[in-house]
Amino acid sequence: MEEILEILEKNSKISAEQIAVMLNKSVEEVEAAIKKLEEENIILGYSTMINWEKTDRELVTALIEVKVTPQRGEGFDKVAERIYRYPQVKACYLMSGGFDLTVIVEGRNIKEVAMFVAEKLAPLESVMSTSTHFVLKRYKDKDVIFEGKEKDDREAIVL
Amino acid sequence: MNIADMISPRVKNVPPSGIRKFFDLVNEVKDAISLSIGEPDFVTPWSIREAGIYSLEKGRTHYSPNAGFSQLREEIAKYLKRKFELSYNPENEIIVTVGGSEAIDIALRSLVGPGDEVIIPEPSFVAYKPCAIFAGATPVTVNLKSEDGFKLTPELLEEAITERTKALILPFPNNPTGSIMTREDLAKIVEVLKNKNIIVISDEIYAELTYEGRHVSIASFPEMRDKTLVINGFSKAYAMTGWRLGYACGHPDLIAALYKIHQYAIMCSPTTAQYAAIEALRNCDEDIQMMVREYNRRRRVMVDGFRKAGLECFEPMGAFYVFPSIKSTGLSSNEFSERLLIEEKVAVVPGTAFGECAEGYIRACYAYSIDDINEAMRRIRNFTERHKRGI
Repeated sequence: MEEILEILEKNSKISAEQIAVMLNKSVEEVEAAIKKLEEENIILGYSTMINWEKTDRELVTALIEVKVTPQRGEGFDKVAERIYRYPQVKACYLMSGGFDLTVIVEGRNIKEVAMFVAEKLAPLESVMSTSTHFVLKRYKDKDVIFEGKEKDDREAIVL
Repeated sequence: MNIADMISPRVKNVPPSGIRKFFDLVNEVKDAISLSIGEPDFVTPWSIREAGIYSLEKGRTHYSPNAGFSQLREEIAKYLKRKFELSYNPENEIIVTVGGSEAIDIALRSLVGPGDEVIIPEPSFVAYKPCAIFAGATPVTVNLKSEDGFKLTPELLEEAITERTKALILPFPNNPTGSIMTREDLAKIVEVLKNKNIIVISDEIYAELTYEGRHVSIASFPEMRDKTLVINGFSKAYAMTGWRLGYACGHPDLIAALYKIHQYAIMCSPTTAQYAAIEALRNCDEDIQMMVREYNRRRRVMVDGFRKAGLECFEPMGAFYVFPSIKSTGLSSNEFSERLLIEEKVAVVPGTAFGECAEGYIRACYAYSIDDINEAMRRIRNFTERHKRGI
């Protein structure tokens, strides 16, 4: 099971037939295992890594540190949900340390992100403070180095 | 003066590789998918590279002790104990060499000379025979058979032993066949060797690349421990081919002899590589596991691919090579490799590069991305299907 996940995490386009060969299992076994992983919400989806900077689309990303007051009986989960339900929020984590939530927000430009913080995030009752950091450059994301596909420059033939 | 006449006969008489022409062809054909490389596609894990860089920043650019840094020899001793149940004293039973290749060379030069015979199982790595000849000895080849899974059997060994036999090269996991020797296989060999005055040079450079089960060293048999020289290194296990670092372990008298040649001929192994290797042994067991898991998947894909292409393919349990038989095509190893390269732009190595007995086989390496392997197997299938139809 774990090995199937490892393979799919690196390349979700790979077929069940190929995984079956790789792991010396039958295609049916692999398909059943994948189905089960999907049903159990261990596999949540199959997305594609895209470097939007190479396209014409304008895109800015901000990491926002948020301090919140946890609510009685619900802790941080309820506050977090009110935040992560916004489609602008691409990721949301509960943190240890000096602040409570990390919120990753995307927008077409700085103004759009700033407006989101000012109009939606900061006014929330439980939000005590926010601190917004804009991403200037992505070097590596989800285990992928953006600029740096290493070329295979080995000798053509080595015994 | 004719310069060519000045060359020592010992060197002159070693024939250049018979498949030189094929080599040139591989280099000429652009954009071919190559399955003909004998090294990992992985780049050395970053923490190892970083340790090398750090040592340079610190200005550690001088010679090391002849036998290698003591910390490195200590780490090698711990590693061999933890992985293969081998015990060597880092003080006088381990020497750090310039790749496993240097270890092979100085081992043979330490042990054999004119009148001595060295048993070399084939197909195997191309360096053993020339190194034996350069040392002045006579190589005696043993032809391993596909029906034995390309293992060295006691019968084959017994047949090759004469009064002049001084050393046996034991190259497992094997390049090019991917064959391994299990504990049971080795036990039978040990029976033959235990009362004979023959030193085993056990080239275990692919030890980490053993699939389903762990590598067993012949030196882990107590009766063989002192009669075996274990050769290993960092190239294959840690994807460090370009760093040129290996080692040899054995009885103090053996190591003292190797040390003598190494000290005068080489001085010491590269310092930067030694610092990197210390990091490799201390912190990179997991990197090896990751690479081995990945190789294992590719191995299965490639074996499956050859079988689907109609080629008989014995399942290799070690190294990173597949060694299918191409006899069913009616082509020779050389013809098959040349035509595959020209017609489908896939490069493999004719089996005959690894010994005459390997006619009818080719070596394909799976240290490539899965996409490259898939594409290469698709083309090989095209090729064999076309040839079956006689086109």
